[in-house]
Amino acid sequence: MLLREIAHARTGDKGNISNISLIVFDQKNYELVRKRITADRVKEWLGNMVKGEVLRYELPQLGALNFVLYQALDGGVTRSLQLDKHRKSLSSYLLEMPLV
Amino acid sequence: MKSIRIGSGAGYGGDRLEPALLLLEKGNLDYLCFECLAERTIALAQKEKKANPEKGYNPLLEYRMREVLPLAKQTQTKIISNMGAANPLAAMRKTAEIAQYLGVKDLKIAAVFGDDVLDQLTDLQDLKILETGEPLHSLGNTLLSANAYLGVDGILQALKSGADVILTGRVSDPALFLAPMIYELGWDRSEYEKLGKGTLIGHLLECAGQLSGGYFADLQQKFVPELWDLGFPFAQVDETGDGFVSKVAGTGGRITPATCSEQLLYEIHDPANYLTPDCIADFSRVEFKTWEENKIQVKNGTGKKPTEFYKVSVGYRNGYSGEGQISYGGYDCVNRAKWAGEIVQKRLEKWGFEEIKTELIGYNSITPFPGNPESIPEVRLRVVAKTTTLEMARKVGQEVETLYTNGPAGGGGVSQSADEIISVVSVLLPKDLAKPQVEYLNC
Repeated sequence: MLLREIAHARTGDKGNISNISLIVFDQKNYELVRKRITADRVKEWLGNMVKGEVLRYELPQLGALNFVLYQALDGGVTRSLQLDKHRKSLSSYLLEMPLV
Repeated sequence: MKSIRIGSGAGYGGDRLEPALLLLEKGNLDYLCFECLAERTIALAQKEKKANPEKGYNPLLEYRMREVLPLAKQTQTKIISNMGAANPLAAMRKTAEIAQYLGVKDLKIAAVFGDDVLDQLTDLQDLKILETGEPLHSLGNTLLSANAYLGVDGILQALKSGADVILTGRVSDPALFLAPMIYELGWDRSEYEKLGKGTLIGHLLECAGQLSGGYFADLQQKFVPELWDLGFPFAQVDETGDGFVSKVAGTGGRITPATCSEQLLYEIHDPANYLTPDCIADFSRVEFKTWEENKIQVKNGTGKKPTEFYKVSVGYRNGYSGEGQISYGGYDCVNRAKWAGEIVQKRLEKWGFEEIKTELIGYNSITPFPGNPESIPEVRLRVVAKTTTLEMARKVGQEVETLYTNGPAGGGGVSQSADEIISVVSVLLPKDLAKPQVEYLNC
């Protein structure tokens, strides 16, 4: 099963830091997602896009996780040479991740 | 119990205007706030102000004010916006001029400034840049702007003086919304729990359409009806700081716990410690409950005492970037485009370029996982490079253009651009070094 079947996500940016929220459609899947989608797995999945560490915050009452990705924006939106300088598309790629 | 209604009229500097006008007409609002400053906007506006001392405010200010002022007057709605950007005083004068021209009378307009702290930084060159850990003086003489994220103080002062339209420079985004709550609902500045709740509402509203289905919609499980005609949100907040968010009936979009949850975490790091100049907001226990369709109750925000520092965005000149693009289609297009990229790369290296990026749009420009090249019908080569002069930056696009007659078969649709790079870093400034100031014009 892919993450996008049971969860949605949004990317935000601040300086050279990206954050991706990951929110389950149905609370019953929260524990499963919380167990499987660790900060380490997210860092591994997004590969060399994220140069720094990845932290994860939990909001169980919303069925939400918030991943904070350090050094993830090619130096920051205001100096990056990327096409998608904000890396707004990261959320869509996170959702392609298999649960296992 | 007293409550107020605050609408969100813009989620960024160039946002649509009709949803804001509709909120004025049908939202039964007390306030309409326009959030118009991204991280770098003020630095760019500062550059404009240097070229023309009467400019440096939001480029859509005139367009917005011509439409907004008569409606705001008619509906007794107060307007608060950071459209003042690098020049709130000029924005105030321009707005007064428009009011006079339109015959809108008895209007008090305020300019809130004091966020420009570039002079104060002259003696504080050892301040640490948050992003790099380097001292500020490592940027040499490239500094262009320095603006502190002020809190509600200046806006509050303007509200107490009876201002109808308040134009600020840099303030924290939620402060635009929090200030009228504090003023109207009689909150004390040390009631951090209430300030946290108000900050939560402000944070939800500050990106306008992003709360009502924009930046949310997909065609799988997140369909949003009439997205083309997206309505902007408003909030109703009572004296306790609790309230709901909603939108005008009949507009496109959707407000649900899911859209609220996405916006809650938008550009947030630790949800329990969201630093603002007025409080450290705690969103970690927030809940959203559906009251009725498109009307969502917002609960359990809170807050703590703020830090002793303002965050300051420092804009600086960071060289130039040049870009060129060309498309390839049909058989083996990915390989022809890669080859074209290698050619431009080699030629730019010969010119002395050091920071060059080549990527294929449609193949590997935004995805971490490129697909099978065989199955891709067309790609667009994008070459971008950073350099020290505008003249050099233009060479990037020129080199891509020469692929027409000198490169692999079938390249077409070249575009090119070159521009100065204005970058932004942050430092922390002790709060006593920036003083909010307010001036007024009556018309």
